Amino acid sequence: MANRRLADAHLQPKEFSFTAENRAWADKVIARYPEGRQASAVIPLLWRAQEQAGGWLPQKAIEHVADFLGMAKIRVLEVATFYTMFLLSPVGKKAHVQVCGTTPCRLRGADALFEVCARKIHPEPLHVSGDGNYSWEEVECLGACVNAPMVLIWNDTYEDLTAESFEKVLDGFANGKPAKPGPQIERHFSAPVGGATTLTDPSLYVRPSGGDNPGPALTDADAKKAAAPANVRETPAGQPST
Amino acid sequence: MTKLIVDGTEIDVPPEYTLLQACEAAGAEIPRFCFHERLSIAGNCRMCLIEVVGGPPKPQASCAMNVRDLMPNKDGSPKVLLTRSPMVKKAREGVMEFLLINHPLDCPICDQGGECDLQDQAMAYGVDNTRYHENKRAVEDKYIGILVKTIMNRCIHCTRCVRFATEVAGVPELGAIGRGEDMEITTYLESAMTSELQGNVVDLCPVGALTSKPYAFAARPWELNKTESIDVMDALGSAIRVDTRGREVMRILPRVNDDVNEEWISDKTRHVVDGLRTQRLDQPYIREGARLRPASWPEAFAAIAVKVKGAKADRIGAIAGDLAAVEEMFALKELMDRLGAASIDCRQDGAALDPALGRASYLFNATIAGIEQADGLMIIGANPRKEAPVLNARIRKRWRTGNLKIGLIGEKADLTYDYAYLGAGPETLAEFASHAPAKLERQVWLIGQGALARPDGAAVLSLAAKAAASVGAIKDGWNGFSVLHTAAARVGALDIGFVPAAGGRSATDMAKAGALDVLFNLGADEIDIAPGAFVVYIGTHGDAGAHRADVILPGAAYTEKSGIYVNTEGRVQMAARASFPPGDAREDWAIVRALSDALGQRLAYDSLGQLRAALFAAHPHLARIDEIAPGNAADIEKLAARGGTPDKTPFHSPVTDFYLTNPIARASPIMGECSALARGERAVAAE
Repeated sequence: MANRRLADAHLQPKEFSFTAENRAWADKVIARYPEGRQASAVIPLLWRAQEQAGGWLPQKAIEHVADFLGMAKIRVLEVATFYTMFLLSPVGKKAHVQVCGTTPCRLRGADALFEVCARKIHPEPLHVSGDGNYSWEEVECLGACVNAPMVLIWNDTYEDLTAESFEKVLDGFANGKPAKPGPQIERHFSAPVGGATTLTDPSLYVRPSGGDNPGPALTDADAKKAAAPANVRETPAGQPST
Repeated sequence: MTKLIVDGTEIDVPPEYTLLQACEAAGAEIPRFCFHERLSIAGNCRMCLIEVVGGPPKPQASCAMNVRDLMPNKDGSPKVLLTRSPMVKKAREGVMEFLLINHPLDCPICDQGGECDLQDQAMAYGVDNTRYHENKRAVEDKYIGILVKTIMNRCIHCTRCVRFATEVAGVPELGAIGRGEDMEITTYLESAMTSELQGNVVDLCPVGALTSKPYAFAARPWELNKTESIDVMDALGSAIRVDTRGREVMRILPRVNDDVNEEWISDKTRHVVDGLRTQRLDQPYIREGARLRPASWPEAFAAIAVKVKGAKADRIGAIAGDLAAVEEMFALKELMDRLGAASIDCRQDGAALDPALGRASYLFNATIAGIEQADGLMIIGANPRKEAPVLNARIRKRWRTGNLKIGLIGEKADLTYDYAYLGAGPETLAEFASHAPAKLERQVWLIGQGALARPDGAAVLSLAAKAAASVGAIKDGWNGFSVLHTAAARVGALDIGFVPAAGGRSATDMAKAGALDVLFNLGADEIDIAPGAFVVYIGTHGDAGAHRADVILPGAAYTEKSGIYVNTEGRVQMAARASFPPGDAREDWAIVRALSDALGQRLAYDSLGQLRAALFAAHPHLARIDEIAPGNAADIEKLAARGGTPDKTPFHSPVTDFYLTNPIARASPIMGECSALARGERAVAAE
């Protein structure tokens, strides 16, 4: 992490203000905090401003949030420069790729993903590709170590990547047919590859008192059975929410 | 009270003390960078680590822990604090080593060198070699205004400057962007700071990251002579230290005076220094036609004597300016008495203040420190931020602790605290004249010169007194009727009665065409004197007064003479001489004394001591230096009874340009730049 500065003037949009929808949302967020403590909403508002501005925070967005919350501009700039999740320069229009570079991903081959980024997008992180559609950066652990290596694009993670499958994911963004988020191999979420590997013996599940054999415990891939106990998955297996 | 044993000394301290305060109370010295008595506690430098015996087995940051938070000993014996144990020494050495990892070794070219906290403490806790072979961090220098220079490589991230700007100055412009090693102190996008108190961050900075731009590379602290003195840029009389090298004033720093300025001074007080060097009058001048010709003292006196002999006593007058010390005004008043001239005045702005109404009618009776006891404040016709920035910081300090109701009648302005805007002029004030007593214990009614320096000033003053009395600002043991002056000389002049005697003319009348034949002008540059009179200007700078003068007698500025000044609350303070007047210029009292001789009315004192003896005999309260002779609250009732009908003109603060209020400031290029910067920003805001 080097010095974080606002983007150059020629990259900055002339103005920024929340859309009516975001404004209503922001009012609701501010109302969560006691009177006189509106400044507590600065991080959610900055985050929403970043989403609205296309994945990065222009100067005008920082000033708009400051005005919105009645804060000094420098106070909002402090927050925006403190947290690396706030990006201060433009990112790719189609995809901003956040590649996990923490130990588990590195051990499982994240280096290959960085190579792909450097080759296909830009040699340097936080630079927009020539066509303006892509950018990438290295981030710390995003909490999907079991499916390492992985990347985060917008709100979705793409896991169990190899250089080839990662390129396919990127191509998906290019041709408007994004890949399915989640593991890019035959695996459901973080369940074992190829199905359960332990506790597979049906005899384990014979009730001493006789009666129906319920079979092996549910995996994440299975839908919840009617009237099943509460420690079983509630949501039916399906696509991860996008 | 809690018993503690600090390094073997048993002491009793209140439980709300921090451990640092407790240790200091026991006489131990605790090094610190981020901690400052008048700022909030940050606890981020870790230099003040001490050992708490039986406490947690790690060093404690003593600034950030209260005595009441100490875990009591099982047997009830007092807690033992150690500030010199081997553990403490090792811990502090560790902290120092971390601080020095990235701190440049540029002390020889650093302006802070010789008065640097880091340098001093490195002598005690530094190690003589480094274990760190990587490159040092490099940080871009920031532009944060024309008064503060930044060398950000030296910053140790104590955040004192950020806390000062936010808490004391009330202008949250400084901040820390980035984090960790990449943290940087800056203003928003490197804009200039706008606070009138910004110079104080230079004093607060424990290293050389923020230094004074005008003073950059000018002198070293050990080659300066330090003179403790009093400031005259506003009517507060802030305690200052004048640093001189040879006969040149190099810089002005604040001194601690909890009753007046705590330890802050305004930028005008601090940076007016270059105004003491430029535009100086260093020899007498006599007007010949349209030009002023350099002359000798005897020539100048002879020219004056001719004019005075030819004038009738009621055609002679004197006006005292805003920077005059009591001594010279006393001497000038006596000279005018001997000449039989009744027209003398110190109120060049026409303020309706009259010593005949009692001292309480023109003092800041609540006192500056008294603001901290107040629970109500009414500001009438003043902008304290521009008229007395340090007083404004005091009001803000009181406001931040809560339960202070502030009302304002006059011009709307950003005062750095919230207030209820009640109205623009005397009509609003009149609503309070028959108001029920407010449910407040201690109110301060702050009346500015903007309400008094106008044709109906006397009526406004009376009305303000009536209103203050009726809402209950004047009680037993509390007189909240407080006049805020803008001129350092004013209260002293009123104390010695430098106002027209019976049949005399006021300053405004004296300045009119055809009013006088001879006018003695003791440094009054804020008044337009109509053509006609023969003007003798005794002053220091080639300003408005000198341009109008027929004879100029060069005087001494406030750093070049010992003189008594009485501040707005009536505190008598003595300024000391730090250097000498330039060229042929002389101390003002000596000029008046020599002039009296030339006019055949020799005054009876040959030395400043004799003059002071006469002054103290006539006005005993002036002998009690640093004390306030309180006014009589009954005078306020008399003042209220005087009545009068104010007109409806809104109040305007007399200070339109904070940086250029007196001849010394107007001669200062730095103040000129500050003023241009401030005006530029106003223009942008107006568009």
